[in-house]
Amino acid sequence: MVAVIKTKDLSKRFKTVLAVDRVSLEIEEGECFGLLGPNGAGKTSLIRMVTAVSPPTEGEIWVQGRSLEQCARETKAVMGVVPQLDNLDPDLTVLQNLMTFARYFNIPKKVARQRCSDLLALLKLEDKRDSAIRELSGGMRRRLLIARGLINNPRIVILDEPTIGLDPQARHLVWHKLTELDAQGVTRILCTHNMDEAATLCDRVAIMYEGRILGLDSPAALVARHVGREVWEIQVDPEDRDRVLAWLESRCLDFEDAGTHVYVFHLDSEHALGELVGDGRRVRQRPATLEDVFFRLTGRLLVE
Amino acid sequence: MKLFSWRCIRMWQRNKDVFVRLWHSEAPGAIAEPILILVAMGLGLGAYVGLVDGQPYIEFIAPGIIASYAMFSASFECTYGTFFRMEYQKTFDAIIATPLSVEDVIAGEVFWGATRSMLTGTVILAIAAAFQLVHSPWAALIPLVCFLQGVVFASIGVFYTSLVPAVYTFNYYFTLFITPMFFFSGVFFPLSSFPQIVQTLSWIIPLTPVVHLTRSLVSGNVHLGLLWVFGLVLLFAAAFFLLSLVTMRRRLVV
Repeated sequence: MVAVIKTKDLSKRFKTVLAVDRVSLEIEEGECFGLLGPNGAGKTSLIRMVTAVSPPTEGEIWVQGRSLEQCARETKAVMGVVPQLDNLDPDLTVLQNLMTFARYFNIPKKVARQRCSDLLALLKLEDKRDSAIRELSGGMRRRLLIARGLINNPRIVILDEPTIGLDPQARHLVWHKLTELDAQGVTRILCTHNMDEAATLCDRVAIMYEGRILGLDSPAALVARHVGREVWEIQVDPEDRDRVLAWLESRCLDFEDAGTHVYVFHLDSEHALGELVGDGRRVRQRPATLEDVFFRLTGRLLVE
Repeated sequence: MKLFSWRCIRMWQRNKDVFVRLWHSEAPGAIAEPILILVAMGLGLGAYVGLVDGQPYIEFIAPGIIASYAMFSASFECTYGTFFRMEYQKTFDAIIATPLSVEDVIAGEVFWGATRSMLTGTVILAIAAAFQLVHSPWAALIPLVCFLQGVVFASIGVFYTSLVPAVYTFNYYFTLFITPMFFFSGVFFPLSSFPQIVQTLSWIIPLTPVVHLTRSLVSGNVHLGLLWVFGLVLLFAAAFFLLSLVTMRRRLVV
């Protein structure tokens, strides 16, 4: 496999905050690469460096084998960026937004017109082509942002929370489009909080926390390694808690204490929980998900 | 320091498209005001003032009105306008993710501001001509002078915008910089009315050479010495343009 994006010891410092801390990554051509992490983990800072809008404090980036620092313009020409914040041009109509963006990429007018029609149709925005941006719903804006990010037929698409605020119908429309890009061999980088989205769409997922990558693999492999196939949830009362924890510890089981619940991982069967089952405790077994991995690696506390 | 490329035309085109779409919401007011000033001051006050430097008062102030409203156009476009695009609409953020660089965006802003100056100046010139206040074919060069002064004031505006924390900070810019220039650069009375020290100082504010140049072109009083004045405007343009590229990169690229 060829690394289409490669970073080496990439860091970004803002005054006293180290937003990205020596990240070395290789993103392969044609894959869908997920970037997961809580707010403030450094995902957006990392993305901004890779898209050449923010210079690294330290480290290097290569895109398609070329140093990004020396070939920023050429690289930006083959990238499509869908930002997290809506930065559509409110002074222009829907169609003008796309046409104006096409012009930034120096796409000939005739080609641009065709692409705009295709993209508006694809994202179900044909009826809105002459509307002002303020007349669009949140979901329509997001779809327009995605259309805009695809206007230059990019070889690398970077999406920062592309489906946030979308209803399920619109979300599936976007997922469908992302899967189509897969068939065209387009590399996709997806920043998301939506674990379902990451598990469904991504070939590989990196879990980022406090500027560093804590885990990187396919969603299934991450789940298998950090949590196992299934999770047992034990609901515990405050007075019962210590006893349960002590028991789990004595058996050297892999568990996590989340206050009202204790989660037990890497268990083969219920029998391993022995006498904990019963005694009126509520024990539930469910398939492990990427969300469990996420919590295990980044903690349950809200840190901002 | 990085320079801009031909791609700045894309930013200019974007602003032009927006202007074409929304001009009726702004431009008529921007043209009506100078006409009102010209008539009110020129005819009203002019009746008391009589001749200034051997000219009727309205004829004396017409070139100054052209120059100062050209200044206002670029100044509004490249302070409030630039700030709204940059901070509230995040337009620049979207554009620098495309092959345009920060310098292309800023150069496009400045050249668009200069274009607004040229449009405003040309319209007022045409109206002044209709009032028979223009006596020399040299006046045909005024749109070019307006463009050049537009580069000066657009650049200063962008430079200031690159430093401001909030939109309210522009009040200072207009009350402490633009408005004083309007009064101390020889628009409404000859600089010779001031004490020597003020006369000398007024040449370091950029509107003074522009008013001088415009007045000379309107009256046909053209001589080689004007090249110095032109050179001074050119110097202001180059200095502030380059400065605005540097400070805007510092603000936008973090």
